[in-house]
Amino acid sequence: MVPLPTAPVNALFEYLQRLGDDRLILGHRMSEWCGHGPILEEDIATANVALDLIGQATMLLRLAGEVEGKGRDEDALAYWREAVEFRNCLLVEQPNGDFGHTVVRQFLFDVHAVLLLDGLTRSTHDGLAGIAAKSLKEAKYHVRHSGDWMLKLGDGTDESHRRVQRSLDDLWRFTPELFVTDAIDREMISAGIAPDPAVLQEQWQTIVRDVIERATLQHPGEAAPPASARGARQGAHSEHLGHLLAEMQIVARSHPGATW
Amino acid sequence: MSTNIEVAAQAATIAADGQWPLWEVFTQSEQAAPHEHAGSLHAVDAEQAIQNARDVYARRGGVISLWVVPAGAITASSASDAGPLFDPGADKAYRHPQFYKAPRGVRVF
Amino acid sequence: MTQPRAIDATAEDPAAVSAFEARIANGESIEPKDWMPERYRKQLIRMMSQHAHSEIVGMLPEGNWITRAPSLRRKVGLIAKVQDEGGHGLYIYCGVETLGVDRSEVVAQLLDGRAKYSSIFNYPTLSWADMGVIGWLVDGAAIVNQTVLAKASYGPYARAMIRICKEENFHKRQGYEIVATLAAGTPAQKAMVQDAVNRFWWPSLMMFGPSDTDSPNSAELMRWRVKRRTNDELRQRFVNLTVPQAAAVGLTLPDPALRYDAATENWEFGEIDWSEFHQVVKGNGPCNRERLETRRAAERDGAWVREAAMAHAEKQRAKDRSAAA
Repeated sequence: MVPLPTAPVNALFEYLQRLGDDRLILGHRMSEWCGHGPILEEDIATANVALDLIGQATMLLRLAGEVEGKGRDEDALAYWREAVEFRNCLLVEQPNGDFGHTVVRQFLFDVHAVLLLDGLTRSTHDGLAGIAAKSLKEAKYHVRHSGDWMLKLGDGTDESHRRVQRSLDDLWRFTPELFVTDAIDREMISAGIAPDPAVLQEQWQTIVRDVIERATLQHPGEAAPPASARGARQGAHSEHLGHLLAEMQIVARSHPGATW
Repeated sequence: MSTNIEVAAQAATIAADGQWPLWEVFTQSEQAAPHEHAGSLHAVDAEQAIQNARDVYARRGGVISLWVVPAGAITASSASDAGPLFDPGADKAYRHPQFYKAPRGVRVF
Repeated sequence: MTQPRAIDATAEDPAAVSAFEARIANGESIEPKDWMPERYRKQLIRMMSQHAHSEIVGMLPEGNWITRAPSLRRKVGLIAKVQDEGGHGLYIYCGVETLGVDRSEVVAQLLDGRAKYSSIFNYPTLSWADMGVIGWLVDGAAIVNQTVLAKASYGPYARAMIRICKEENFHKRQGYEIVATLAAGTPAQKAMVQDAVNRFWWPSLMMFGPSDTDSPNSAELMRWRVKRRTNDELRQRFVNLTVPQAAAVGLTLPDPALRYDAATENWEFGEIDWSEFHQVVKGNGPCNRERLETRRAAERDGAWVREAAMAHAEKQRAKDRSAAA
């Protein structure tokens, strides 16, 4: 008999929204590529990543709604929360930019996702552990795909090298937020629900550094992020999220109470 | 000596217009089943060909293994040779068990 | 396996042509390395690349609503569908390549406006209901067409079609489910879906191409069994299938002339506005410019990515070679 997690319900609800929103927002961003990719094969690959992420978000937000116990399902959470109620990190809401920018954002996220999901497969929360096990296989493929593109673009042409280096330098400031540990995380760690972000950080740095080197790119350095590049987990987002949600939620919100 | 690397490099030669090389994809649907030709795709190297094959030809499941082969590395028999190549195989009855008699009432297998 | 064919079209051996036509008449499948009349090859390239272009351009009107899909279930269904269209374009382009033409060559013909694609994709998608109606009517029409093409005489085309038909069944069901849900929904949803039907019904009928009396390529394609049914036969089959489906969800097809003929067991329908069809095909549809410009932009913006990947692979191969030496 697995002991029930002892974390307060609202902390677990909060944590599940973080996991779910990261994947919902990034999946949404990836879906913006559909039909516009650099080559047909990659269009299909990008859509697969988007589908995986939105699928993971669906499971996580459904569980979040159940944990909350107020009758909200995944759609209620996705379509009827305001931007300040979203709990995704800043990295995933950044606009796609060019294909290289999307690759860098995806790679930085994917490495984190693999490490986090691996830890979550050992969660004391059975439902979450199950979702993590299924998602981990997907994430392992995602990082293989985005990692391969890091090498191809970093060590491709002068132009591609210049472009991804610029994207890496730009997006780097959003990465420390992935490892911020606040009261919610501490409750998750002590209940055995989630792994310690600080432990993940070391592994993340090793893997990312290795790929950056093999891609002949310059590591942006370990400097502390500016204060503006954190706080999204509490609702302090960039301006980009509001526009993303305006588009995502428009149809659903134009017809309150309708089924689709 | 012609190494696999050389063969792959020749087969995957870039076209003049920058088109990525063509690969043929073979999928296996279950254990012990043969790999069958599923279709083709473009990729710059074998790793990308495997990834693209996964996304293009295995996204609905039903695949447990993939082969990717540079299209130029495949030598196909020519249609005009079909007669000499294959017709002689069609009339060799002695290659088939029915050609041989067994005494009535005896199970040979 | 693309072997460019060196055939002198001006000097085709009449005996070879009649042997080829005998094979076709005999129901045989033609494979890439088989001898074929140059005209057959040209017609196949034209028809298959048009078909592939239609799939690729067809990603755009529906892709337009991916980011606004009103539920997560609808969002994944729509992404998967648009993704499949990309896949189908890819399968058919690969079929074209077996005829000795590079994909980049036929794509260039699309982008510079020389090649055609299905006119239906030049209409705008104005509401979420269009996602349902396109799946139901446009994919429904495409399936009627493609089921027949799966028996086409050219092996690679037929094989691509078999794969595509299997995958497309979900498209039509997805579309019809959206339509049925909206038709049974709020008054606003019902109005939305009726409006979408009104806009897409006639363009869907035009998808089968000009009437048989006015179809320049049909006779030849039929004789070579690239096409197996005439445009009008397929159009009638589609109407017969669709009318009861519309009635089942309480939607009206915008054709006052629509009536059942018990003798022929066909649903007779009104006159198609062929001037509109020809205008759209000529490039004067509501979205022709936007669609092509979007494809051009993707091609242009992706050029540095494709070059980089190729350059990277060349570097790796050079390294491997020097390591092996």
